[in-house]
Amino acid sequence: MNYIPHTEEQIKEMLKSIGVSDLKELFNDVPDNIRLNENLNLGQSHSELELLKLFNNISKKNYNTEELVSFKGGGCYDHFVPSAIDYLANRAEFYTAYTPYQPEVSQGTLQAIYEYQTFICILTGMDITNASLYDGASAVSEAVLMANRINSKRKVLVSKTVHPDYITTLSTYLVSLDLKLNVIPDKQYVTDIDELSKKIDQDTFAIVLQIPNFFGYIEDVEKIKKILIDKKVLLIICVDPISLGLINSPAYYKADIVVGDGQSLGNYQSFGGPTFGFLATKNTWLRNLPGRIVGKTVDKKGRDAFTLTIQTREQHIRRHRATSNICSNQSLNAFRAAVYCSLLGREGFRKIAKLCFLKSHYLAKKINELDKFSVFFDSPFFKEFVVETNMDIKKINDILLKENIIGGIELGSYYPAFDNHMLIAVTEKRTKEEMDKLVYIFKNID
Amino acid sequence: MEKDKLIFDKGRKGRIGVSLPECDIKEINISEHLPGHLIRKDIKDMPSLNELEVIRHYTKLSQRNFSIDTNFYPLGSCTMKYNPKVHEKIASFSGFTDIHPLQSEDTVQGALEIIWKLEEALCEITGMKKFTFQPSAGAHGELTAMFIVDKYFKNKNDYRKKVLVPDSSHGTNPASANMCGFIVEEVKTNFEGGIDLADLKEKINDTVACLMLTNPNTLGLFEKDILKVQDIVHKKGALLYYDGANLNALLGKAKPGDMGFDIVHLNLHKTFSTPHGGGGPGSGPVGVVEELIEFLPVPLIDKKNGKFVFNYKVNNSIGKVRAFYGNFGVLVKAYAYIYGLGAEGLKQIANISVLNANYILNKLEKVYNCKYNRNCMHELVLSALKQKNKGINALDIAKRLIDYGIHPPTMYFPLIVKEALMIEPTETESKETLDYFINVMIKIAKEAENNPELLHNAPHNTFVSRVDEVKAAREPNLRWYPGK
Repeated sequence: MNYIPHTEEQIKEMLKSIGVSDLKELFNDVPDNIRLNENLNLGQSHSELELLKLFNNISKKNYNTEELVSFKGGGCYDHFVPSAIDYLANRAEFYTAYTPYQPEVSQGTLQAIYEYQTFICILTGMDITNASLYDGASAVSEAVLMANRINSKRKVLVSKTVHPDYITTLSTYLVSLDLKLNVIPDKQYVTDIDELSKKIDQDTFAIVLQIPNFFGYIEDVEKIKKILIDKKVLLIICVDPISLGLINSPAYYKADIVVGDGQSLGNYQSFGGPTFGFLATKNTWLRNLPGRIVGKTVDKKGRDAFTLTIQTREQHIRRHRATSNICSNQSLNAFRAAVYCSLLGREGFRKIAKLCFLKSHYLAKKINELDKFSVFFDSPFFKEFVVETNMDIKKINDILLKENIIGGIELGSYYPAFDNHMLIAVTEKRTKEEMDKLVYIFKNID
Repeated sequence: MEKDKLIFDKGRKGRIGVSLPECDIKEINISEHLPGHLIRKDIKDMPSLNELEVIRHYTKLSQRNFSIDTNFYPLGSCTMKYNPKVHEKIASFSGFTDIHPLQSEDTVQGALEIIWKLEEALCEITGMKKFTFQPSAGAHGELTAMFIVDKYFKNKNDYRKKVLVPDSSHGTNPASANMCGFIVEEVKTNFEGGIDLADLKEKINDTVACLMLTNPNTLGLFEKDILKVQDIVHKKGALLYYDGANLNALLGKAKPGDMGFDIVHLNLHKTFSTPHGGGGPGSGPVGVVEELIEFLPVPLIDKKNGKFVFNYKVNNSIGKVRAFYGNFGVLVKAYAYIYGLGAEGLKQIANISVLNANYILNKLEKVYNCKYNRNCMHELVLSALKQKNKGINALDIAKRLIDYGIHPPTMYFPLIVKEALMIEPTETESKETLDYFINVMIKIAKEAENNPELLHNAPHNTFVSRVDEVKAAREPNLRWYPGK
């Protein structure tokens, strides 16, 4: 491939105009002893045809969920992605544009992100949000750092039922800052509320919970609300945005900051990225928000216009005193979420959430009827649930794979105590036939 | 023309923009499985549109953007080069988009192969020994690197509190160091636009963990004293960090590893042509020398008996900086770019990006001010000081460029150049485009003399004119509300 338009003649002409004899001379500032004299060991160039062939071959080494049936979730889901999203996100005016720092020539991206911000606020029930963060894990981390700007005490409590990657990420973010992170144990797949209540002390500035949590279960929000009365700690809730089509928004149980990963809103699983993270909160804490924010204003002629705003929080203005170092975010993925929400709308969004709920409950009930398997039903769940068995989960997944099914997550890989536990996710894409097949295979495993 | 509306002002209750499958199982009563207080009754503020309404709305919005595919985009430090279309096609193969991060290793060998091969290539390009691909953007890479630096010293029981950055550095450098608890101190730039060695010597001591450096620096100039710099830094036991924002100029020409850098971050969305997406997704992989491998985030990817595997046994790993492995979809495009170009093609990027920038510099240095009298690398920084005397500032010039169909350069950065206009043409722009840009810049300089109002009011033909940013900040309107 070659994307350089210059002819040999033009190069000569330009060199002459600059007043140098050859291209090498332009690099005279690079000391001789570090200048490379030989080509990098990266081989020759390849044509477009060769490129397509090679990558097609490599891609086929992956088992994909378009051809196989997947029951994997754990923060990344096989939801349906409407074609209109690809079509719009593949418009070069969106995907080959830079960050909209020049509002006059970026009204498209700016308005779309303003609309994205509104969708996130509607879903979460919060007042404000930013233009996106990297992913769910970094959003949790940014939320905790933000909470610490609001309340400068030293300890944050995180439930063990929060996504394990998110907890690991958070501890990486906090380790250099002299902030304490305490993990609250779970009790049967939900946060041990008594333990949580005991651990809240004078030194605590925030609590992080996930709803539905990593195991798919919905925490006891009424109890949580009660124990937090009169406590000056910030409640950070991590959500699966799809669940908000059926489950009350975290604003209902008085969340201060709502975060999550937006993969399920019109983004592909893509081996875990790119997706995007979101962070929504109350008006009061606008100046503490990390990252870019789009606002509506007017232009010189009084027409409606959009622009990046409240930028004095950000690194390019405030440098080391910024609320975060974030610069590039996941704009195009947030854009996809805006299109997804627009397409589904009031009815569609609810319908998707309902389908996930109904189908997951159908499968859970069927699996629970089997002798060698049981499903944990004591807490409500949304689209994911835990299956317990005496059998080796890896072995089960190997058998499923032979039948073109990608089985649930082996929980033992995250928690040694949960060997023989499988986390199963059911999206609106799963059919009765697919679920019955899974149950049939489970039933016949020796 | 119909007054412009938000998506929330469009549609009609009852419409839907996708057709969803019917429920093929017997419906159960949800309230028997979910306590009443948890059930959300409605999401009433969501709009209801059909597919065409959505398509038309966002297609119209797209027409209000400048983009690489429609306009010359000489945005300094951002490397807005052409994004090859074949990469988009490749990255959309279902074998790349429809794979779950927790599938067994056997079922994602292709994905691991891509990451492995990209890592090999980036090691060859930079002279580093191992990379992590978790960082999702440049600043995220910087932060990851700071965590590594912090852990490296703590592991030696050597508690260092300071990070040095040049006064010309990107804002993300000090912000990233601060997020990791370091105190940031600035090192001055000398009269030639390089780092001031005397100032560096004065500020470096055994409380300094790291010097963060961009090379070529943000003035578009190569740090000629880089070997002396690395010597000064390493003699005090500190680490040298490479901000890869400007690597485009050095591809196949010189390796950061040979310059003495210990840790680097790259911007795949700059140097390796993955699209900026209107602000992301990017990817900011971090590479390190042998001594720092043990601190990288988990998992790393190894090759065992011809099979690619995850390696979670990294003794002193900092942990993770995000879930899973990074912006994989971006990695696919970056590797396709490197594989497509090969060694010769990569070197030619450096050659032509530097040629293009110098060509512009040579033609414009007499019309605009240029603080340093040197050949530049891949970008140049002009100053509108001459025009400032006539009441025209860098912003006016930048906005006037829009009227000629050119995206404004980076303005007022680096901070050490007054009225800065930072121009990075990239290698994919033709001589004809550069000539057009040069002529426009000369014309604007004349307009500044003869018709300053024209510049103050620019741009004239865009969907909106200059926006009221003071109002935006003072009366924040950050979302739509029903009925407003």
